[in-house]
This record gives sequence, C-alpha cells and structure tokens, in this order.
Amino acid sequence: MSQPLLKCEHVDFGYENYDVVKDVSLEICQGDYLCIVGENGSGKSTLMKGLLGLLKPTGGSLMVSDDLKRSGIGYLPQQTPAQKDFPATVQEVVISGCLGKRGNRPFYSKKERETAAVNMERLGITDLRKSCYRDLSGGQKQRTLIARALCATDRLLILDEPITGLDPSTTQDFYRVIRHLNREEQVAVLMVSHDIQNIVVQANKILHLKQSVLFYGSVEDYKQTECGREFLGGGK
Amino acid sequence: MMELLREMLSYPFIVRALTGGLLISLCASLLGVSLVLKRYSMIGDGLSHVSFGALSVAVAFGWAPLAVSIPVVAAAAVLLLRITGNGKIKSDAAIAMISAGSLAVGIIVTSLTTGMTTDVSSYMFGSILAMSREDVVLSAVLSLIVLGMFILCYNKVFAVTFDESFARATGVRVSGYNTILAVLTAVTIVLGMRMMGAMLISSLIIFPALTSMRVFKSFSGVILSAGTVSVVCFFIGLVLSYVYSIPAGASVVVVNMGAFGIFSVIQAVRRR
Repeated sequence: MSQPLLKCEHVDFGYENYDVVKDVSLEICQGDYLCIVGENGSGKSTLMKGLLGLLKPTGGSLMVSDDLKRSGIGYLPQQTPAQKDFPATVQEVVISGCLGKRGNRPFYSKKERETAAVNMERLGITDLRKSCYRDLSGGQKQRTLIARALCATDRLLILDEPITGLDPSTTQDFYRVIRHLNREEQVAVLMVSHDIQNIVVQANKILHLKQSVLFYGSVEDYKQTECGREFLGGGK
Repeated sequence: MMELLREMLSYPFIVRALTGGLLISLCASLLGVSLVLKRYSMIGDGLSHVSFGALSVAVAFGWAPLAVSIPVVAAAAVLLLRITGNGKIKSDAAIAMISAGSLAVGIIVTSLTTGMTTDVSSYMFGSILAMSREDVVLSAVLSLIVLGMFILCYNKVFAVTFDESFARATGVRVSGYNTILAVLTAVTIVLGMRMMGAMLISSLIIFPALTSMRVFKSFSGVILSAGTVSVVCFFIGLVLSYVYSIPAGASVVVVNMGAFGIFSVIQAVRRR
C-alpha cells in the first residue's frame, strides 16, 4: 500500500469563528479518482481551498505527502472572465505551472522548459504552443490549464468544477483526457463537480458533502444509499 | 528636426519634463499591462483624483506636496485592491466613490483657503513646468524599482496577473505582489499627474497596454510593446506640444490615441 498523497482526519475548515465544513476524513492515494459532490453552499469550495493549503484547518489534522509539499499541488481553478481575452501564448501559460518549484530564482531553466514541452505533448497541444490563449476554444483552454497543473506535479490534480461552460462533446473529451491521465499515468484526481451523471461513470470514489460528510466511499456503494439515489435523480 | 530638438533641449525645464516624463510613461505602461488585464483599468483614474485631493490639502496648509500625497495615494491604492478582493462593494463603484469623494474634499479645501490658484488648475490639466529636479530623481528611482520587478519577478508577475488562485496554490505570495503593484502605481500617478494632469494621467496606464494587445499575442510581447509604444508616444507628444504650444498632457494622450488607431488597423488587416 502506497503512502497517501493527501490525508484528512476529522478536519474542520472555516472562516474566522464559524466552520463551514466539519469533520471531514478522506484519503487520496496514487491512482485514485475522487469526486466531491454536494449542493450549492455545502462547503465544497471551502473544503477544496483547505486541501490546497489556502485555508488553515480549524480542527483535526491534514497531512500532505513530502513530495507534494515540495512541488505544490496541480490545481485547475475555475476560469475567470479576465482570462477570456488574455494575451499570452499557450507556452507561457503552461510553463507558469513550474513556478512553485522555482523559489526566488528569476528565470526558467532548460529543465523546466522541457517539463512544459512534455506536458504540452501529453495533452496534444504542442502545435498550439505559439497560439494565443484568447484564441483557443473552450476545450483547448482547458487542456492548456491541465498541462499547466501537470507542470506543478503529476501526482495529484485538483479540479474545480472543470466542465462549467463546456459543450457536451468537449465535456466528453475532457473526461477522456482526465481518465487517461488517471488510468494510464496513475495521476490521482480530485474533482469538485455538479455533473453527477458523468461522475458516477468516471470516478471510483465519491464524497458527498453537506457541511459534514454524508457519504464517502466507492461509487457502487453510493448508488445504493439514500442520499446517492436522491442526488442522482431519484427512483433509480 | 535636429534643429528643433536642439532648440527644445536648450530649455532646462523641457529637459526635466522629457527625462521625467519618459521614465514615468515607461513605468505606467508596464504597470498598466498588469492592471488592465486584472480589470483594474479605472484605478489610475481613481487614484489621480485622490492625488488631486491630497495635493490640494497639502498646498492649502503649506506642506510638502509629495510627502503628503504619496502615502495617501498609496493607502488608497491598497484599499481599492483589497475591496475587490472582498467583493462586498464592487470595485468600479468603490473607485467612483473614492475618486469623487477626494475630488470634492480637494475642491472645498482649496476654495476655503487659497482659492483656485494656478497651482491647483495645473494639477487638473497638467503643466510642463511642473517637473522639478526632485521629481526627476524620484522618477528615476521609481523606474529602477519597476524595471527591476518586471525583470527579476517577470514570471511571478505573469502568474499573478493571469491566475491569482493558481499562483496562490503554487505558493506565490499573491497579496504581497498586489500590494507592491498598488504602491508602485500610486507613486507613478503622483509623480506623473502634475505634468499630465489629474484628468489625463490614467491614459498613460491604459492606452499602451490596450494598444499593444491589439497586435501582440504573447504576454512578453505585450509588455515590451507597451513600454516602447508609451515612450515613443510621450516623446512625440512632448515635441508636438512644444511646436504647437499646446498642453503637454493632452498632446501625449492624443498621440496615444493615434497609436491605438494604427494598431487597430494593423489588427484588422491581419484578420482578413
């Protein structure tokens, strides 16, 4: 059994003096594909901020494996409106993923340029490397951002509602990319999403959140539970 | 042409305006790329009004103008960037509020004490005579800092501008960079506004960035082009202002508009 990449034990996250998320225990190992689901306001984003290290836990313990600590986490945030017309080449965006490892040295080394090249190749966007980010389609933008996240680490990807605004065929394409990284290259995936119908096909673990954990376990078991059936659209 | 330049440079006040102005337009354009892309375009306008308010108060009480206005404007800049972060008041509304508020304070203080003197009106619309030796030295220091930041921390500036949440998750101190950006913008505006005018200084921040974004597709391209466009436009603007005896600030803005037009045409031609 490999050491978990990320492990929470009875963790609470919150702001100032109230906790948004309470008593969450979860574990992500190499090759896992975990989805966090839940209604709006159920604390998904707070939990994710906490896992990314942007919020300090107010209780419990959060353990991050040593090599993730060194490289930072591969994170795919939601796209902001400001990025829509951002003048930057795909190459510039992808290589900015290496930033976490750089510390205070000012320029990218040859090795980091190679990392960027490898990850662009992995996602099939090498041809686009000189193209402008704002001219890309939604799917190509998403691939660029995944490549950037992989530059930070290829152990764990954290994705924040990644399919928002993608059309159905791009969505399927996106899931294919993630599944490939997960199955073939053993990248652990943690995704926050509303797209429950696709998730039950893609993921192997589910965490249903409503301030505290309603369900945490395999997708198969989830389909059998009360909250799972309700969330999946009842009566299945 | 050479004759004209030699004649211009024989006036010490023009030499000061030229050196200070070129340095300030360089700083403004580099900071501007980041500000425009982060959707803070109006911050320059807001800060120039705050600066007007602070300067009027300083003049009325006989304090040193820069020593009063630089800290006040810097504080306003930090505050404005924070407000967007919190999201309770939208940033455009916050900027409009603060700029109108400080303009009002400036006008009241002035009319109660000195009245609308030439000093105050030159703050509004700029005066080529405003650059003192001290201003030129400060502009040089400012541009060294700004250039240093853009060269040594170029990649971090890019990351923070492009995607704050990702930068934060990879361990970049985002709020630190935002504060530095705010303070440098504030100093640029205070130094530039007496020459360019409170009403016009924000153009130095916005125009070069927008102009360059018409044509260039990479962040590095936009940065380099913005710096160049800004410096060239300032130079042409100042020469025109001398030749036709028009206010320097307005003349620089009009040249910047021209550059924007030319780059837009280039973009349109390329698209076809």
